[in-house]
Amino acid sequence: MKVNLSDTRKIIQQYRNKKGTLIPLLQEIQAIYGYVPKESIELISKELLIYPVKIYGILTFYTQFYLTPRGKHTIIVCQGTACHVMGGKDILDYLSNKLGISEGETTKEGMFSLERAACLGCCGMAPVVVIDNNFYGMCDIQKVDALVKEYRSKEANR
Amino acid sequence: MKIKILICMGTSGISAGAEEVAKIFESELKLKKLMDKCRIIKVGDRGLFRDTLVDIITPELGRVTYEYIKSEDVPKIVDEHLLKGKPVEELRAGKDYEQFFSGQIRIVLSNCGEIDPEDIDDYITHGGYNALQSVLSMVPEKVIDEIEKSGLRGRGGAGFSTGLKWKFCKNAKSNMKYVVCNADEGDPGAFMDRSVLEGDPQSVIEGMIIAGYAIGATEGFIYCRAEYPLAIKRLEISISQAREKRFLGDNILGSEFSFDITIKRGAGAFVCGEETALLASIEGRRGMPRARPPFPAQEGLWGKPTLINNVETFANIRHIIIKGAEWFSSIGTDESKGTKVFALAGKVKNTGLVEVPMGTTIRELIFGPGGGMVKKKIGLKGVQIGGPSGGCLPETLLDIPIDYESISKTGAIMGSGGMVVMDEKTCMVDIARYFLSFTVEESCGKCIPCRVGLKRMLEVLEKITEGKGKEDHISFLKEMSTTIKHTALCGLGNTAPNPVLTTLKYFQDEYLTHIRDLNCPAHVCVELIEFEVIEEKCVKCGKCYEACPVDAISWKKKEYPKIDKEKCIKCKSCINACDFMAIK
Ligand SMILES: Cc1cc2nc3c(=O)[nH]c(=O)nc-3n(C[C@H](O)[C@H](O)[C@H](O)COP(=O)(O)O)c2cc1C
Repeated sequence: MKVNLSDTRKIIQQYRNKKGTLIPLLQEIQAIYGYVPKESIELISKELLIYPVKIYGILTFYTQFYLTPRGKHTIIVCQGTACHVMGGKDILDYLSNKLGISEGETTKEGMFSLERAACLGCCGMAPVVVIDNNFYGMCDIQKVDALVKEYRSKEANR
Repeated sequence: MKIKILICMGTSGISAGAEEVAKIFESELKLKKLMDKCRIIKVGDRGLFRDTLVDIITPELGRVTYEYIKSEDVPKIVDEHLLKGKPVEELRAGKDYEQFFSGQIRIVLSNCGEIDPEDIDDYITHGGYNALQSVLSMVPEKVIDEIEKSGLRGRGGAGFSTGLKWKFCKNAKSNMKYVVCNADEGDPGAFMDRSVLEGDPQSVIEGMIIAGYAIGATEGFIYCRAEYPLAIKRLEISISQAREKRFLGDNILGSEFSFDITIKRGAGAFVCGEETALLASIEGRRGMPRARPPFPAQEGLWGKPTLINNVETFANIRHIIIKGAEWFSSIGTDESKGTKVFALAGKVKNTGLVEVPMGTTIRELIFGPGGGMVKKKIGLKGVQIGGPSGGCLPETLLDIPIDYESISKTGAIMGSGGMVVMDEKTCMVDIARYFLSFTVEESCGKCIPCRVGLKRMLEVLEKITEGKGKEDHISFLKEMSTTIKHTALCGLGNTAPNPVLTTLKYFQDEYLTHIRDLNCPAHVCVELIEFEVIEEKCVKCGKCYEACPVDAISWKKKEYPKIDKEKCIKCKSCINACDFMAIK
């Protein structure tokens, strides 16, 4: 698939000649493409005179960045302390089994990406699962089962 | 006076459907022609998780609080309460709600859940920016003096004197200085900073401006973790409103003093909460810590003196300025002044943010605001305090007062204030393994003790939880812990062994049961679970049968359930559902 670089160009223009902006620049790129494409990295490197290794250094250091396209829906299972003692790990293991992917991966048909979060800071509703910025609290395996079904059928009905 | 309708809309409230509730309120008020008489105020979360919380304040009835409100409850509240003047009794907040708030002293959280965080005028009506105005007529030294006398210590973990830190920054000679607010809040189990940023962002901004004035800085940064989108949005709104009112920008309120704030979004790295790593990240580099000294107060952002304080620390400032150092230092203990906000979570009845005076005991916290344990049949085993840098304290130690020194003596640390209550269904070896897997994942890899040492410890802990442990593993863990504590480069590595050390100190028997008897007493470590019903404990309630997602459990009323091990996928749904620990 060919990546359209005009957005990358626009963003680079905004950040030219400003100090300490590599991270926000990459965040904006990711907000547009859903991940940081190789082609964008090459362009940033050329335009802003930054070695690609430095850009990759940032991208692989911070967990928020992705180097490959994401699924349509991202499921994040919180692994904070409160979620852990309330069974959050069991939910992550179950989803990983059910979807047939490990955390960080995307299902073959491109529907779901599975992620863990260290803590989402809503410990009062533990265990927590987030799908595309929608927070679901007090989860158990039956509830996440139903959620996965719901998102699947929403897509099927489109 | 208008009738006020407060709807709690922080991350928790919104996830429970508060936006829908607010919408229905609006349309109901329109429909029943009450719009001119009422004002809907969208406030932040109040710190107690109760789905949507709604307060109605009328001149006749004063304040009435409703909890667990769903959109279908709204018409009834409007009809009965607003039109007929009769509160809807069955929806009112109950005893737990009252108990949660009694015993708290709310200073930092005083505005959370009370004001509209997206409206600076609401903040000003509640005394906002009074502190800044009085500070501008004081000399900077006097401001620092006041903060120092108050006894305020940093709320970000280490508890360093805030006044002293300000003094160091003030005395550093430079043409450029910075103020940084640490809003990275990475400790799993802590969410007080998020709630303050979502519920009362102006108080943090005001604290930063005052700090800027005191130390002579003109630029400020708020480093906020990316996982807090709502907090970032509200900070953006607040900063632009503060600029409009000339609390930020050039010549603040007509004075000589200029100061402005930029938000920096984190990108998901726990170590960036450590101050030198955070500064590297703001500069656009990999967030790796460096050795101190020089401390940021001498050489910080781009080599310039930088004051870095935590969200809660900044939120205390305006109260100290307004009410005075003496008032602040009258709260708390000899060495620890003021209040501390704790994020109470885990197996307690009321989970949420609790602000109590320093010196309160942990037990008072759990059985006061916390309302005691969720499941009466399953006993309290201990608490985890201070996140991955902290430790696990047994039930017998819960009467110690909460202050920096008393908690450090136990081997845990106050940390950012996460407090997770654990019952008999929590396995302490698993908790130690859990925290280490977190720190191993988050280690930046710069120094060997942290990068390699923690990993080796984790491998051993994994063996123990899988039933492959040996007795000499225990001495290995102790030795490694001590070495890493003394040799790691930054606080992450220095404190990472604490969860292991404290569980070994207070719960060594549990380690030994795993190693010698291949048994996990809490029924958590999956390799050591047989998935069998313990008939002496089972009450035949059928909860496990209902919870099983693969129908591996057969059960009939008044009979013991049976688990089909062929079908069982070992997901532990049954164990989590059982109130009697009757599956081993
Ligand atoms: C690994 C690590 C993570 C930290 N995370 C945070 C954090 O999320 N928030 C915070 O305020 N301080 C954090 N700190 C402490 C900061 O380094 C620093 O001490 C603090 O921001 C100073 O502010 P204070 O004096 O107001 O507490 C962390 C320290 C370490 C070693």
